[in-house]
Amino acid sequence: MGPTRTLQLVRRLITAPTVGPFIALVLTMVFFSLKTDRFFQAQNFSLVLQQVMIVGVLAIGQTLVILTAGIDLSVGTVMALGQVIMTKLAVANGVPVVPALLLGVLTCVGFGALHGGLVTGVRLPPFIITLGTLNIAFALTHIISNDLTFTGLPKLELFWGRTFNISGTDFTYGVVLMLVLYALAWYGLNQTAWGRHVYATGDNREAARLTGINTNRVLLSVYTLAGLTYGIAAWLLIGRTQVGDPNAGQTTENLDSITAVVLGGTSLFGGRGTVIGTLIGALIVGVFRNGLTLIGVSVIYQYLVTGVLVILAVSVDQFLHRRNG
Amino acid sequence: MSSQKPILEARGLVKKYGQVVALNGADFEIYPGEILAIIGDNGAGKSTLIKALSGALQPDEGEISLGGERINFRSPRDAQRAGIETVYQDLAVAPALDIASNVFLGRETRRRGPLGSLLRLLDKRGMRREARRQFEELGIGVQSIGEAVGNLSGGQRQGVAVARAAAWARRLVIMDEPTAALGVKETGQVIDLIKRVRERGLPVILISHDMPHVFELADRIHIMRLGRRVAVVTPKTHTMPEAVAIMTGATPSELDNVLTKKGSPE
Repeated sequence: MGPTRTLQLVRRLITAPTVGPFIALVLTMVFFSLKTDRFFQAQNFSLVLQQVMIVGVLAIGQTLVILTAGIDLSVGTVMALGQVIMTKLAVANGVPVVPALLLGVLTCVGFGALHGGLVTGVRLPPFIITLGTLNIAFALTHIISNDLTFTGLPKLELFWGRTFNISGTDFTYGVVLMLVLYALAWYGLNQTAWGRHVYATGDNREAARLTGINTNRVLLSVYTLAGLTYGIAAWLLIGRTQVGDPNAGQTTENLDSITAVVLGGTSLFGGRGTVIGTLIGALIVGVFRNGLTLIGVSVIYQYLVTGVLVILAVSVDQFLHRRNG
Repeated sequence: MSSQKPILEARGLVKKYGQVVALNGADFEIYPGEILAIIGDNGAGKSTLIKALSGALQPDEGEISLGGERINFRSPRDAQRAGIETVYQDLAVAPALDIASNVFLGRETRRRGPLGSLLRLLDKRGMRREARRQFEELGIGVQSIGEAVGNLSGGQRQGVAVARAAAWARRLVIMDEPTAALGVKETGQVIDLIKRVRERGLPVILISHDMPHVFELADRIHIMRLGRRVAVVTPKTHTMPEAVAIMTGATPSELDNVLTKKGSPE
């Protein structure tokens, strides 16, 4: 009993989908630790986590969408719109902070529901829908903000940027919220019937429908929940930047969220993947950016490296998909 | 059989896709406890017929009744609720999920108490236990009920799909070419499974291209051509070449009529 149990456990560990990404993360960390002593320090890790926080939360929504064989290109701009609404309402329009935050989150949820409605109702490809809403949200952000940056924000809007201290290292509350959201997403995907239906729908929508699953409802819930994560990310973004900036979160966040999901081992073909993998993927992206900055590589090379990483990860996915059929 | 009423019956089903007429006034009936095979050339309307019976599509015209009552399935879920389960060729299972999850897909059971009702926590252990029992009853050998279905052989996958159908069907099981993608040995296993499903008293609708299997398994054979039923024969009254001749339309139409009368239950 004992030895076979151990063997089973070892086998399960080796074949677990998060092992590959995890090894990649460890190797990346070893590499940068050898390159510079400034990397392997508690304060630096805390910084990496803060940098990862926004993309990390967006990537939860992105994971849900990609698990259903969709993609969301609008994550960054929808978040930026939510952020501008939250800050503008509070600062310029004198709306109390709680309704201002709620309206910002609801805007993002609305975009998510719109994606879901178009995917299920009109049966348009998610790529095109979200390419459209990317532009719509981008335009609305600049129209609503009038290209102004909002400062002097109420305390509650800045809350997630506040820090607490564990043995000399500062952590933000936003990082804690991110980890809580990952735990919730893990629970939903692995411990509830809804999670099973998300995987089944992503794997083969028609087969899932014939099995008796209401796939339209599953897809609608996935896109709407994804919108909710963008809304929460918008609030986190304010905590991180301390202002409402119409130009924030629009360039790197879109691609980085997809990069995190793919590096985390979630298949673009749908039906396979984990949120824990996505967290590791987001950390890989964060560690790369942080490490390259520490060893003095210019920002433009970081784009180069992330681009190469994505293509590598997608190639592995494609290879595995072909092998498994 | 003449004293029994059909469990599932359809009259004058029509389904059109633009100019294409998939079903052109098709009739159908299956009696309790029998295996009814449906044969027909490609495009004869077999799959459209069973999709109408399993709720996967809605016919444009005609009526379907189950146990004597008119029904109108709007989705596969409606048919499942009425006790009809369907096994599809190769898209019956979710490969990324384990065996027990597949058997319970769409009908997951939750833990008792607040864990289940409030936190929606799945009763994974209970579902595994139940799935294992089901597999033992049907005589399907599987090493681990927690294995992802994607890691199984084609025959084992089909076994999962059949077990799933047998576990939930209360009235009827429909199988659409369950052996089409399988090797000889695996086909044999699935055929044994179909027999065991009938032994449980469940009628089975079997669509197949494989004439020897059809003649081995079926009590009656429903022959489709050009979107309608042209004859119902039995392995006792007709030979394989005769059935194929009716299916392909090689016999004169007068003979079709004779054969239909000879084969159908009066």
